[in-house]
Amino acid sequence: MSVFHFEVRDLPPEGEAFREEVRAFLRQAMGDRPSVRRARSWGGFDPDFSKKLGARGWIGLTWPKRYGGQERSFLERYVLLEELLAAGAPAGAHWVAERQSGPLLLRFGTEAQRERFLPSIVRGETYFAIGMSEPDSGSDLASIRTRAVPKDGGYVVNGTKVWTSNAHRCQYAIALFRTAVVPDKKHEGLSQFLVDLKSPGIAIRPIIDLAGSHHFNEVVFQDAFVPEDMRVGGEGDGWKQVTTELAFERSGPERYLSSIALILELIHHVGPDPEPRAAEAVGRLVAQLTTLRQMSLSVAGMLQAGQNPNLEAAVVKDVGTTFEQSVPELVHALMDIEPTIDSGSDLQQTLGYLVQRAPSFSLRGGTREVLRGIIARGLGLR
Amino acid sequence: MSELGSLLADTVTRLFNNLVTKELIESAEKGVWPDKLWRALEEGGLTLPLVPESRGGAGGAWSDAHVVVRAAGKHAAPVPLAETIVAGWLLGEAALEVPLGPLTIAPVEGDEPLRLTRAGGGGWKVSGTASRVPWGGAAAHVVVVAEGDGGPMVALVARGAARVVSDRNLALEPRDTLVFDGAPVVAAAAAGRRIGVDAVILYGALVRAAQMAGALESLLEQSARYATERRQFGRPIGNFQAIQHNLALLAGHTAAAGMAAQHAFDVADHTDPRRAVAAAKVRCGEAAGLGAGIAHQVHGAIGFTYEHSLHFSTRRLWSWRAEFGSESRWAQALGRAAAARGAEHLWADLTAR
Ligand SMILES: Cc1cc2nc3c(=O)[nH]c(=O)nc-3n(C[C@H](O)[C@H](O)[C@H](O)COP(=O)(O)OP(=O)(O)OC[C@H]3O[C@@H](n4cnc5c(N)ncnc54)[C@H](O)[C@@H]3O)c2cc1C
Repeated sequence: MSVFHFEVRDLPPEGEAFREEVRAFLRQAMGDRPSVRRARSWGGFDPDFSKKLGARGWIGLTWPKRYGGQERSFLERYVLLEELLAAGAPAGAHWVAERQSGPLLLRFGTEAQRERFLPSIVRGETYFAIGMSEPDSGSDLASIRTRAVPKDGGYVVNGTKVWTSNAHRCQYAIALFRTAVVPDKKHEGLSQFLVDLKSPGIAIRPIIDLAGSHHFNEVVFQDAFVPEDMRVGGEGDGWKQVTTELAFERSGPERYLSSIALILELIHHVGPDPEPRAAEAVGRLVAQLTTLRQMSLSVAGMLQAGQNPNLEAAVVKDVGTTFEQSVPELVHALMDIEPTIDSGSDLQQTLGYLVQRAPSFSLRGGTREVLRGIIARGLGLR
Repeated sequence: MSELGSLLADTVTRLFNNLVTKELIESAEKGVWPDKLWRALEEGGLTLPLVPESRGGAGGAWSDAHVVVRAAGKHAAPVPLAETIVAGWLLGEAALEVPLGPLTIAPVEGDEPLRLTRAGGGGWKVSGTASRVPWGGAAAHVVVVAEGDGGPMVALVARGAARVVSDRNLALEPRDTLVFDGAPVVAAAAAGRRIGVDAVILYGALVRAAQMAGALESLLEQSARYATERRQFGRPIGNFQAIQHNLALLAGHTAAAGMAAQHAFDVADHTDPRRAVAAAKVRCGEAAGLGAGIAHQVHGAIGFTYEHSLHFSTRRLWSWRAEFGSESRWAQALGRAAAARGAEHLWADLTAR
């Protein structure tokens, strides 16, 4: 059975030269930022940082030049992403736009939409949120109820999106709405839209997470108008498109590197000559990191080759998020320290941040159970 | 994969599918040497993938050898194929002739290396104890890496030169102690530049990682198939989500083990593979324990019988994870190396080619 196609991928030589360039930039841009801030990684929303990347041409690296892209390879993009993540760079502002909204427009958008949105995404100025989940529709995404009803050259939208990360800081969202109700066929009648989050009839309300931070939101649509030319793809094509979008969302190195800051802090803490138990723990982490990086790189190689690595991406996300979540556990098991917020060592604070963040790793972008369902289908069980 | 790699993969898969039957493995477990299988492997050019063509090998790379070793693990082939591949490579690196017949490699216990000293007439003799030598009593020759004149040497020792204390692992594969007491050596030479005195452990761990990855593939295939065949409560057990998720977990471990092993072989073609081998042995070992557990759970009582074939893979996994250094030993080594380099080098080292 060759259900999974993981192959060792060599990065092209230009990737390695590029890596040095990115590292030099990050050394300068990141300075001696403490690890608790690095731990935020692409959870950090910093428009200035995004604009700096944009000015270097490092957003939309693979996109066509006519939209401001560089037409470089997916493997070079991979190098950029992993360096940003390893350094804990605050790349969250443009992350979603670069990872999924832009690629979605390139695949399914109109020429006018691409010309309008892509260049400013590339400059690091326009940010996108993801409008998929609703109060009654999480894992069962196809059951969404927010309605978009045709009217006067556009659609009138009513309903509620929830968990919309950074909706309060992004200008736009790509949202999935129901444009037709087809009885007993929930996957039909869905369509995707570019939504200007500042439009009348849209209310964005904060949802505070368990650590007291405001990063996601409830977005309520009350007779909000979305012009017809903001629909992405055909009416009713939403399900096919959203699964493509989710594949973009799931395939990257952010699905195994979320705890890298804690790993680095741990190594720092145990010192150059650790006792056997600590050495073994560090060794197991390094073994996992080494392996997951190769798996993740292998997925990037499949993207580069124009293959469809949905199944492999699900495997990497499942194995990767399990690993990310194991890191705080391991630090707890190994060290007699308390996780902290405002006081304590860098290790304690980084642990404090990640302990509270870790539960989300296997929820966002599709839960562990959903991914295992996808993998089981790949095994011929469903 | 290289052309040679695909050729080897096709040949080895066909050959194992035909010859490595349940009956063959069972008879090997009773101590019968599977001569026909071995001769077929030699005739198929599968035993010496790394030996230069000029010396009778296939002239391939570690990444080519990988497919053969992985297949040997997947099919539970009861022959020292992985050992012969490593032994042939060691001999080749030391520019020694490679004899036909099954070879093995001799790991030592603790830090006490084997020693080579001059014998009369320009030859060498070897002293020391190697333990848990795969097919130590059955292999035609054993290849040792020993301390010699001013550094590690590779030496070829014929069957019969050592005192053999027989033992076996959980999978009933021979794991013998060889006591060399000034034993005569067929040939010896300074080890190649890439070979340290612990090369047997290092490359033994490399091949065991790939064998484990292969055995995990077999577990996944057997378990996924069984889940569609076995029915309870009026439907295939694979319809139950708990089973699906356990098999998805097994698939994840299998994929990770395969990647870790493949990566280590690939690195061995370019540079000192120590870190990649350590990572692979650790990752494959972790997958072995968890994977065997899931496979048995899915199979229920039938998988707990000698009659069923599942245990050919699981018993091997339970032993292989400990052979040529356990996960904890390799993890400690890897962790000590990472700690000594310091956090600031970790990422650069991980991404370095
Ligand atoms: C930090 C964070 C950021 C997020 N950002 C966004 C965003 O920007 N935009 C957006 O649209 N969404 C976002 N989400 C929402 C995310 O996509 C959902 O949380 C996810 O899809 C799961 O939906 P749910 O939370 O409603 O859980 P539910 O679907 O209700 O699931 C609850 C539990 O039941 C399990 N479950 C559900 N169905 C099954 C089944 N068939 N079999 C077995 N188990 C099942 C789940 O796996 C889970 O364990 C975010 C979530 C988090 C945590």
